[in-house]
Amino acid sequence: MKQPFIVIIDYDVGNVFSVLKALETLGYTNIKISRSISDISSANALILPGVGAFEECINNLHRYNLHSILNDAVLIKKKPILGICVGMQLMADYSEENGKFQGLGWISGKVTKLKLPPHIAIPHVGWNDLAINRESPLFKKHGKAPHFYFDHSYQFLCDKRFVIASCNYTIEVTAAINHHNIFGVQFHPEKSQISGLKLFRSFFDSIELC
Amino acid sequence: MLKKRIIGVVIVKGDISVQSKSFSRYLPLGKPEIAIEFLNQWGVDEIIMLDISASRKGVGPNLSLVSKVAQKCLVPLTVGGGVSNIDQIHQLMQCGADKISLNQATFNNHKFITQAAKVFGNQCIVASIDAIKEDNEYYVYNYIKERSVSINPTDFAKKLQDIGAGEIFLNNITLDGSQTGFDISLINMIANSISIPLICCGGAGMPKHFLEVLTKTNVSGVAAANLFNYFEHSVTIIKSIAFKDHPIRHDSTYTYNEANFCELGRVQKKSDKILEKMLFEKIEKEVI
Repeated sequence: MKQPFIVIIDYDVGNVFSVLKALETLGYTNIKISRSISDISSANALILPGVGAFEECINNLHRYNLHSILNDAVLIKKKPILGICVGMQLMADYSEENGKFQGLGWISGKVTKLKLPPHIAIPHVGWNDLAINRESPLFKKHGKAPHFYFDHSYQFLCDKRFVIASCNYTIEVTAAINHHNIFGVQFHPEKSQISGLKLFRSFFDSIELC
Repeated sequence: MLKKRIIGVVIVKGDISVQSKSFSRYLPLGKPEIAIEFLNQWGVDEIIMLDISASRKGVGPNLSLVSKVAQKCLVPLTVGGGVSNIDQIHQLMQCGADKISLNQATFNNHKFITQAAKVFGNQCIVASIDAIKEDNEYYVYNYIKERSVSINPTDFAKKLQDIGAGEIFLNNITLDGSQTGFDISLINMIANSISIPLICCGGAGMPKHFLEVLTKTNVSGVAAANLFNYFEHSVTIIKSIAFKDHPIRHDSTYTYNEANFCELGRVQKKSDKILEKMLFEKIEKEVI
């Protein structure tokens, strides 16, 4: 297997270690946790992890000048990127978590609080089944309704054509999005045992190494 | 649809995992990383590791242990014990923790809970409540001070939700290590008065206790510590029994779906006819 060079973006809020461990389990060896421009521009694939509140995450991206480095890598060099949880939400135009904060604006949409009936618990925590809307490199190895671990109170609302999978939590929740080389998942593949490993494998398998 | 979680709790004192009875007697079990590796292999949905010695000794969380156990953990890992500031949460997340359980802060530092929820999101903050039943009334228990506090656990849960907790982990001291089943009425009282997910713990002794709590309450997760250490494949077996009537993730390569169990959850021998058929069955290993 030719090893892709994978960079997990380090901006002090992601659970980078968990993502690294999941990738190592799959046998990838050429992985770096980094925020340096040289690593990011030479990577074959990028992962933008995320745990935390939107405000803290976007502020840290700006603090390390990562928004412009990532804009260049993703929008101009077209490197495949997978955003996880808040890492996916950061790709929106803006978020309404604890105020209104501008995101990276890669996929037009907004991040809003889950609007649930009163008796339904929020955050949405636990394993939920996906309904896959269209074929995608992310779910090549999964069966019909794969399940993943979710843990969030806010969701990415965007045009239907970007939504590749959703899940049902009394309301429809955006679970995975895709636009060209940009991928995002609301759930945590690094914490979803076999389902998650399959997703990472499918994602990296879809990348052409040059 | 969202599934109910079956959660494994690993109690540690220093570097050793222990079995606890009534929060007062402890039996050493072994290395926490091995307990966590097995829980993972058996298809547990989530793991909570609580260090009950850190706050008592006044030391911070055991970072090297968290790094070590996280290596074996491909499910969400909640870590608790000795966490009292934001820096420690940053460090724990970097070591591989996904969520943080706070207990002492629920008594003495509500500001910290609010601040932690603001920085890490409330989905990351689990407030842990120890409840005890005394003279037919429920109280919150402070395990550091080794006494109950005159607060009602339901009011306490509501308060913690308001200040930023994203989940409540309810541990029943009275039933801890008793193996007599969960306290359904306490769980219902709390679950029905909060709008964040509730995880219940304390009292699990056999598979039917899981069925009872899943049927009679709307908990989001059912946790057990001691029980999962008692027999091989404990998590898989409990899931094999519970998934037939409840929404539960049950996708291990091996299952016990066709097996028969005694009340304690021990597998009974299959009939000779079935065993003979199994001789010729080849199961291919799944390669991801």
